[in-house]
Amino acid sequence: MSDPQDHLLPGGWELVVGLEVHVELATATKLFSASPNRFGDEPNTNIDPVTLGLPGALPVLNRHAVELAMRIGAALNCTIQACTFHRKNYFYPDMPKAYQISQYDQPLNVDGYLDLPDGFRVGIERAHLEEDTGKSTHVGGSGGRIHGSDYSLIDFNRAGVPLVEIVSRPDIRTSEQARDYVSELRAILVAIGASDAKMEEGSMRCDANVSVHEPGTPFGTRCEIKNVNSVRSLGRAIEYEARRQIAMIEAGEVVRQETRHWDENDGRTHTLRTKEDADDYRYFLEPDLVPLEPSPQWIAEVRESLPLLPSQRRARLAELTGQPATSEAIAVVVERGQDQYVEAVGHVGGDIGRALVHVKEAYAEQGPEPAVPATDLALLTKLEVQGKLTATQAKAVLAELVANGGGDAEAIAQAKGFEAMDTSALEALVDQAIAAQPDAWAKYCAGEGKAMGALVGAVMKASQGKADGKLVTALLEQKKG
Amino acid sequence: MTLPTVPSVPSVPSTAAGIAAGVRGGELRAADVVEHHLAAIAAREPEIHAFNLVMADQARAAAAAIDARVAAGEDVGPLAGVPVALKDNMCTQGVPTTCSSRILDGWRPPYDATVVSRLAGAGAVVIGKTNLDEFAMGSSTENSGFGPTRNPHDTTRVPGGSSGGSAAAVAAGFSPVSLGSDTGGSIRQPAALCGVVGVKPTYGYVSRYGLIAFASSLDQIGPFATTVHDAALVLDAIGGHDPHDSTSIPEPHSPLVDVLDRGVEGLRVGRITDLPEGADPDVAERLEAAFDALRDAGATVVDVQVPAFGYALTAYYLIAPAEASSNLARFDGVRFGLRVDAPDTNSMYSATRAAGFGAEVKRRIMLGTYALSAGYYDAYYGRALKVRRLIHDDFARAYMHADVLLTPTSPTVAFPFGAKGDNPLAMYLCDLYTIPTNLAGHPGMSVPFGTGADGLPVGVQVLAGTLDEATMFRVGAALERAALGPKGAA
Amino acid sequence: MDVSDRISTADVVKVAKLARLDLTSQEIETMTVQLDGMLEHFADMDALDLSHVASMTQPYPLRNVLRDDVVQPSLDRDEVLAVAPRVEDGRFHVPPIIGLDS
Ligand SMILES: [Mg+2]
Ligand SMILES: [Zn+2]
Repeated sequence: MSDPQDHLLPGGWELVVGLEVHVELATATKLFSASPNRFGDEPNTNIDPVTLGLPGALPVLNRHAVELAMRIGAALNCTIQACTFHRKNYFYPDMPKAYQISQYDQPLNVDGYLDLPDGFRVGIERAHLEEDTGKSTHVGGSGGRIHGSDYSLIDFNRAGVPLVEIVSRPDIRTSEQARDYVSELRAILVAIGASDAKMEEGSMRCDANVSVHEPGTPFGTRCEIKNVNSVRSLGRAIEYEARRQIAMIEAGEVVRQETRHWDENDGRTHTLRTKEDADDYRYFLEPDLVPLEPSPQWIAEVRESLPLLPSQRRARLAELTGQPATSEAIAVVVERGQDQYVEAVGHVGGDIGRALVHVKEAYAEQGPEPAVPATDLALLTKLEVQGKLTATQAKAVLAELVANGGGDAEAIAQAKGFEAMDTSALEALVDQAIAAQPDAWAKYCAGEGKAMGALVGAVMKASQGKADGKLVTALLEQKKG
Repeated sequence: MTLPTVPSVPSVPSTAAGIAAGVRGGELRAADVVEHHLAAIAAREPEIHAFNLVMADQARAAAAAIDARVAAGEDVGPLAGVPVALKDNMCTQGVPTTCSSRILDGWRPPYDATVVSRLAGAGAVVIGKTNLDEFAMGSSTENSGFGPTRNPHDTTRVPGGSSGGSAAAVAAGFSPVSLGSDTGGSIRQPAALCGVVGVKPTYGYVSRYGLIAFASSLDQIGPFATTVHDAALVLDAIGGHDPHDSTSIPEPHSPLVDVLDRGVEGLRVGRITDLPEGADPDVAERLEAAFDALRDAGATVVDVQVPAFGYALTAYYLIAPAEASSNLARFDGVRFGLRVDAPDTNSMYSATRAAGFGAEVKRRIMLGTYALSAGYYDAYYGRALKVRRLIHDDFARAYMHADVLLTPTSPTVAFPFGAKGDNPLAMYLCDLYTIPTNLAGHPGMSVPFGTGADGLPVGVQVLAGTLDEATMFRVGAALERAALGPKGAA
Repeated sequence: MDVSDRISTADVVKVAKLARLDLTSQEIETMTVQLDGMLEHFADMDALDLSHVASMTQPYPLRNVLRDDVVQPSLDRDEVLAVAPRVEDGRFHVPPIIGLDS
């Protein structure tokens, strides 16, 4: 935002967004009991007395969940502190005890920040531990919706799964920043092994607090938008909500503080509940749990054990490849966790810049540990750099490498009949092309760049794809004199 | 104590210690012990109603298994063949557990409370589930959803509560020992009214896992017995760290049965000079006799002050209902127990809970919800937590001058049914002397010490500092010796 | 102090709703009088200066009670569902969820 005004919405309105992101932690068991934390199992099979809130059951805190929550705190530059658990009391059929054990005035992580790839800093207010609810399925009525359903069925497998709720400060000013924030946060969570952070499976869920105001005036009344299930929807929901609020204010109406539901189908937000019918949660310290006071040593260990974060990895790859850290190839490769691999190609003598492009283009289906050995990709890039393969040929060889999980690039090229075309043969083809299209040649010489395409195309065709496009261009330039 | 004798298999000892020694030594069959007690139950239970459920078949099977293991030369544990009655707020796997509430109708827990597994591990035989004030809320067992329990000493009177069934079961000879839970006096007060020993240990001494919570920061499980020695034996078996209870104290406890003969020579017994008034003269007279007996046994009596003692009732009746309002929210008709059908979930909740809970439970849920609600938290719950600190600190100071404190357990002997009318505060005053200890988290016990009005039992309460069960039991044992001894206060 | 100064019938109705207790109007009346009596008694603590007193929420000062992240066998679903008021398809059945917050 170099120009302080260029992020404003039509009419001079400024958008203000704070995000609350819930992530399920990648533990083996629940936050307070030993039944499995596993997605997709048969309903009500991952249950125990604590999960079901049976009379007499008592919670005992999962050490690994605490450790993962501390890792999140560390990755988000938070202060990790002594903390307590509270009961948040409310009745809902998927909440077995009729209270959620959460953190209230003393959360584990406070006062951090997250830097977006473009350098914009979003403050993190807190990142606290709490338990997830079960899952309700609404039966009958208008197809799976809560309104008008005949009854609901409850599965408690998800109840008690450890969550960290990450609350940003209201620092976000555009829907694009909101999307970038969630994408970057997701990348961090995956990188540190805290969560698989899959929005489509619900292991990462995002609520947005949206308001609008005129710059220099106090923040407007905010609405909380729930049920946003993808990064794309987040952007759409925020933009819709901002337009709705602006239209209200411009029509002289007053925005009410309320919770709204994003409907993916009609692309609108709808009132879920207003502030007036907000529950009274009667928070009080959970007497069945004792305070959590991570020792300075434990906190230091967690901070030291953090892997490189996505931003650091992007910077590193940028330095190695000479490309900007914000380039798409770097973003994609780091997001897929394939940056180590690209570096490895460089270590065994490959061209790291070519490797970056190849991995970005051809490795979408591969994970952080691609099947193609780094040495095999390294050889391919060497052949390219030496001019022994054209870009088109290299692409074909790469496809073979990916399909077979590796192989000898040189042998594949040979088998395909790819030979480097020598310069004299190529020069002959260039001359033929000039002779065949005198008009194009005249235009090219007159400085009309567009004319070059026809000439290069003819050469490529005549060479059956064996010609190196760059070399052809160079020869044309040479002949122009 | 003059109770009608029951027809029985000859020579079954009356104490848990005697039974365990006999069964372990092979001279006594656990099966005969069970039959003896089942016969006692058959004779008088219809009149007393100590039990919600007598587990005759399960007890016989467990006893047979014990006998087989003894025959095979196994060590079956310190409570070998000892029948134990459980307050019906402790979960027993596959066996109905009701809290004497309609709302748990039809529920059979899929797991055992830690105390239940520990008893089994010690060779004890669970003989039944005893009646209580619904969800342990009350001091007379009149609040049971299944009708009251009667005091074996006078069946026109209450046994006390809320563990009235467990106290009556031991007093009536249905079981040599039993377990109760004590949130504000619910073991000690019925023990006093029924003329038996009752102990509330330090908070965290016994696991609460599987105890259906009333007020989580106050609840503790403890034993009823006819002797101080038996109470120690049971507490030794059920106490100790449990990883399923985050508030369970990790330090190991040394056996209490070993300290009982050590006497009280040199111990300082505190008299609380600013103790709130309210004890009947007969009860006050027994307390004086207890001080005299301990002085005779070599202890010194010292004066101490616990200025915040008198505020305990207020703090307790805000904190306990607040926690209870949250603990009892899970009884919602979704996963277990009663459901009253209604057109939507919210109405189902309200209808189910209205039908399933009795008047006292509803009153406390209302009070607790109010005390925690927006706008009232600071004035009520928040202040009560501070008063709790004052009480704790006052006791801590008193224990710098005295090793134990002596008070009446209950202000009165057992009272007739209906005596407290429907004035909740009158009933709450029954626990005037027992409540402060729960707030402080300290141990307390009631030891029978003679009789008062109408020849009814009077209990004396011995209080000690955190984890000082050993000293408390030494004093309890000394009082017991004095009560039974030649100077025969009893 | 007048009854209505401490707690009103309207307060009691509100609290009953929060606590999900369907009380009759007679119960509401009785409850209002009884709660008022209790709150009046509890006013005794107003005499105490608590401004420098820390809250006490638990009797025994434990810290960092943690469990290893190791799976234990789950409960048997059939046994659990067998004692539930109403089930369908391996899940707990509830009437339509209307007017509840999620
Ligand atoms: Mg939130
Ligand atoms: Zn949350």
